Amino acid sequence: MAAQFLFFLLATVAVAAAIGMLVARNPVSSALWLVLNLFCIAGLYLTMNASFIGVIQILVYAGAIMVLFLFVIMLLNLQALPRPGDIEWTKVLAFVLGMVILAQLMYVVAVGLDVPIEPVTTAQAAETGSAEVLARSLFTEYALHLEMAGILLLAATIGAVMLAQRRFE
Amino acid sequence: MEIALNWYLALSAVLFTIGVLGVLFKRNAIVVLMSVELMLNAVNLTLVAFSQSMGDVAGQMLVFFAIAVAAAEAAVGLAIVIAIFRSKVTVDINEINLFKY
Repeated sequence: MAAQFLFFLLATVAVAAAIGMLVARNPVSSALWLVLNLFCIAGLYLTMNASFIGVIQILVYAGAIMVLFLFVIMLLNLQALPRPGDIEWTKVLAFVLGMVILAQLMYVVAVGLDVPIEPVTTAQAAETGSAEVLARSLFTEYALHLEMAGILLLAATIGAVMLAQRRFE
Repeated sequence: MEIALNWYLALSAVLFTIGVLGVLFKRNAIVVLMSVELMLNAVNLTLVAFSQSMGDVAGQMLVFFAIAVAAAEAAVGLAIVIAIFRSKVTVDINEINLFKY
């Protein structure tokens, strides 16, 4: 019962924070709403016993990536953009498109999957989500992928420095 | 897992849709990038929910690499936004039309 309550609390706050990000006019408040949303998703990972991914979510997403976003927003000294005057038909179309996507996704979830899933026990789930089991898989089976992710991050760092440094006319 | 898998999938669908609406609605390029992060998070939530309910680590490995790629994407995307801001002094995506003509 406590798990259900925790799930619905975190899910409600996550959706509310996402909507807050959508409607906030100031980019700094958008970023802070997104941080709240990321913390709620990290909490959901912890309710699923995926402890490693939950910690990574807080450290990398809510920590590093969002600090980068806030840093850039404050560096550029952005103000809220002026409100557009009349109603824009592209926005109405965008809203309809979003609702169609939501309906499709909800239909797929409601119809259910053909693949039968036997739910594993909580103890098994806690073992699957632990850093020890994940690290064993990461450094043996996925070692090549890990090296490639490292090279990608290096290339992205160098590329970001080069892009932000150069003045292009 | 005490909560049914479907609840996690439904939550993920809602968050993904809000991310799509953010990409389509917002005019600030940085907020558009943040909406993309929200969509990535929704997909990560689906992957972790499946992985934990099936007891398979492959899904969580995918989430790990998705987070690494998201970090790279945020760094490069924000660098591009800074470079555009330097030449056009705006981040309004309606004003940024370098490739339009």
